[in-house]
Amino acid sequence: MKIGVITFPGTLDDRDAIRAASVAGTTAISLWHDDADLKGVDAVILPGGFSYGDYLRCGAISRFAPVMTKVIDAANGGMPLLGICNGFQVLCEAHLLPGALTRNKDLHFLCRDQKLVIENNSTAWTSDYTKGQEIVIPLKNGEGSFQCDDQTLAKLEGEGRIVARYVGENPNGSRNLIAGITNERGNIVGLMPHPEHAIETLTGPSTDGLGFFTSALKAMVK
Amino acid sequence: MALDTVAIATANPETTQPFAELGLKGDEYARIKEILGRRPTSSELAMYSVMWSEHCSYKSSKVHLKQFGDKAVKSDALLVGIGENAGVVDVGQGYAVTFKVESHNHPSFIEPYQGAATGVGGIVRDILTMGARPIAVMDPLRFGPADAPDTRRVLPGVIAGVGGYGNCLGLPNIGGEVVFDETYLGNPLVNALCVGVMKHSDIKLAKAAGAGNLVVLYGAKTGGDGIGGVSVLASETFGASGPAKRPAVQVGDPFVEKVLIECSLEIFAEDLVVGIQDLGGAGLSCATSELASGGSGGMKVELDRVPLRDATLSPEEILMSESQERMCAIVEPSKIDRFLEICKKWDVTVTVIGEVTDGDRLEITWHGELIVDVPPRTVAHEGPVYSRPLAEPAYIARVNAEVINPAIPQTAQEIKAAILMMAATPNLADKSWVTNQYDRYVQGNTVQSQPDDSGMVRIDEKTHLGVAVATDANANWSYLNPYEGAKLALAEASRNIATAGAVPLAVTNCLNFGSPEDPGVMWQFAETVRGLADGCLEMGLPVTGGNVSFYNQTGDVAILPTPVIGVLGVIDDVRTRTPMSFERAGLELYLLGASDENLSGSEWAYLHGMRGGQAPIADLQREMRLIKLLVKGRTEKIFTAAHDLSQGGLTATLTEMVLRYNVGATITLANPGINLLVETPGRIVVAVEASKVAALKAAAGDIPLTHLGTTGGDALVINDVEISLAELRTAHTSTFQKLFG
Repeated sequence: MKIGVITFPGTLDDRDAIRAASVAGTTAISLWHDDADLKGVDAVILPGGFSYGDYLRCGAISRFAPVMTKVIDAANGGMPLLGICNGFQVLCEAHLLPGALTRNKDLHFLCRDQKLVIENNSTAWTSDYTKGQEIVIPLKNGEGSFQCDDQTLAKLEGEGRIVARYVGENPNGSRNLIAGITNERGNIVGLMPHPEHAIETLTGPSTDGLGFFTSALKAMVK
Repeated sequence: MALDTVAIATANPETTQPFAELGLKGDEYARIKEILGRRPTSSELAMYSVMWSEHCSYKSSKVHLKQFGDKAVKSDALLVGIGENAGVVDVGQGYAVTFKVESHNHPSFIEPYQGAATGVGGIVRDILTMGARPIAVMDPLRFGPADAPDTRRVLPGVIAGVGGYGNCLGLPNIGGEVVFDETYLGNPLVNALCVGVMKHSDIKLAKAAGAGNLVVLYGAKTGGDGIGGVSVLASETFGASGPAKRPAVQVGDPFVEKVLIECSLEIFAEDLVVGIQDLGGAGLSCATSELASGGSGGMKVELDRVPLRDATLSPEEILMSESQERMCAIVEPSKIDRFLEICKKWDVTVTVIGEVTDGDRLEITWHGELIVDVPPRTVAHEGPVYSRPLAEPAYIARVNAEVINPAIPQTAQEIKAAILMMAATPNLADKSWVTNQYDRYVQGNTVQSQPDDSGMVRIDEKTHLGVAVATDANANWSYLNPYEGAKLALAEASRNIATAGAVPLAVTNCLNFGSPEDPGVMWQFAETVRGLADGCLEMGLPVTGGNVSFYNQTGDVAILPTPVIGVLGVIDDVRTRTPMSFERAGLELYLLGASDENLSGSEWAYLHGMRGGQAPIADLQREMRLIKLLVKGRTEKIFTAAHDLSQGGLTATLTEMVLRYNVGATITLANPGINLLVETPGRIVVAVEASKVAALKAAAGDIPLTHLGTTGGDALVINDVEISLAELRTAHTSTFQKLFG
């Protein structure tokens, strides 16, 4: 099973995502923003970073990258797609997920170990967790405050599309403590914190992040 | 302004030139005329003025820095020594590591965000230039009093700048320092360290060899920012008045730098460059003259080919601009096509601006007219050298004679108050408010970061080989005795590496001082260098490079002498490191090393308004035995945890240990008041299993061992004083939030 990890100019966590996908037992394939095809991968990760510098709005340029046309098509066809941090921002800009990520409420970059609760374990990326499971993975971003209108929020809540929520103090001002959401079909997930940095205790706070990647492996087998 | 060419300069020898405004002294200007046999053109004058600035030429420090070479031990680990962009050391398994620390003090005072950001950018390019992938950064920072209004302007900007740039490069920030003192109020210190890793065969040098090879400029376009940054900004004392110096600060674009890093690493991997230099201080003047000087000497450059952000820039400005994110490579003609192709892939602007010649002159033309014709060594490497007058300042005898006897807490109530006060004082308080603005996780190899004693990064995922880096300065001791202060900082940084069980391997330094034109400051500097060189010789550690920052002075007020010493260590298996604290109850706590009662230079004395007394005398032989013990404690699995004692003494160390994993400790201490507060160097707290106590005693040899107590509970208990971890945590963690949050 092959997971493609896209590198845009300015992407930072691509090698970490490749490492995590490999540790989970998949074959990780590096994809370039300028690629014309997806090299036959079964799932795609948009990793964290500052793609194209994020000088306009985070992710606003990346959604127009040549490779994104294929990614959007494949995801609309049901391919598992995970956007982490900057990748989540790209998914919102590409309208694959609703809402937007705005400046943290304290107006500065925040890097810390963050407790989350998994709210939905029926997505392609969360089936290896149990509903209500608490996990600790790194959170690190400057624009991670999830915002959307009331109607969208009610829809997301009503349809059980909140994938993960922050536990405890709201780190960035996200509405309803939202850390991650999914689309109606459950194949596309956007997540602000970084599961790829929590796959071994030597370099991360836990191994709690690995479940996202093993879940995808199962989804691809199906 | 009309173009000034070599022909015009020869024909009009008497033209008045603004050498003083550019920071050159009369005799330096005379020497340029003597070298050239005529007056310099305005472009040549621009080049000499920036390259002969204190910042670039080390003209006041060179005679002293020589000692790092003269007293150096022969070290097989040293692959590239002082003089290149950064030193390189062998860490085994075919890996080489390069690291260096630099200052960006003056720009960070003027424009905190950009000053700090470009400080990170500059040191990262130095590391990249050696052929290495940058793998981590650290930032030793010093500010005026934490509650001073200007600190509230400078500190948040500096932190945001360090984070804004470093985070965007994808470099984990693995530690540093945040220290407050009145003397830094008008002169904050922003030092930046970067570590990079490569294979031995990938080392690159700054030299332009091989006639016919091309000079290639790639990266950002050249703009009007940072003109004269090294000469008018970094090499002068701030005055109370005078024109705004903001235009002399560079402006950074981390995205361009990130792309430049990846692009360069791809170019290096295909072995497409003969030599390479980054454009930092003194910009193109520095890169072209250093590359030519490092090679055979001959180079022709067509300056009008340089891509510009601002088309109105004059040739002099182009030569002096310190626009960031630029690199200059020497490329064989057969490899240029592939070089251009890789730049195109990364959308990096690239231009061939000249070629290496078989002559010995650096010739620069502007639309066909010769505007620079100089022997490059005279610009880059043979600048003026000063033996500036030095004299022990009058304050030394005075402060050394002072008796330092602040009130020592006696009752349980006083001791509790002292512990909480020390936990909360800005110099010792929790720094998470700062470090949480830095990405410590990116690249997935960070094993240790703040608040650990050292930063540690894995460099091989299969063998688990890693490196550890620590930076330290104790300016209070350096103020009392700069010779011992330098040795003590070296010992402390080395100890911080060793507490985790890594073996110290090499030293870098960033020597921050006041004006070299003050004989007292020059004496502090000379004593510091002598102390550091002697210390490195005694400890068998090579100095791989460093940086001198003078003129950290506003009017008559110089900063405390602040030699920031960085030590790099190697650890064969990062999984076996000794952590800085304990996660469980029932462990035995021991203090390694002897304590005295000298509070001179301590945080407790500082909090009581006392900065005099006598600094400790460094005992490096004992430090080396301690380091050996710490490494042995790891390899023989004796220690469960180990943490250094430094600023704040035992109370600071215990506070940090119990709060780290929220496991308390019960301590029994004779004379708790003094023993909690004294900062005697060469001490460590270790936690061991009861079953390992015998092994600890056997391994300790002549290093004194004091049983402190046991771990466990939800309080720090010292004799009859009990402080709940919750209360201690509130004291320790709320300071920065209150001041800057």
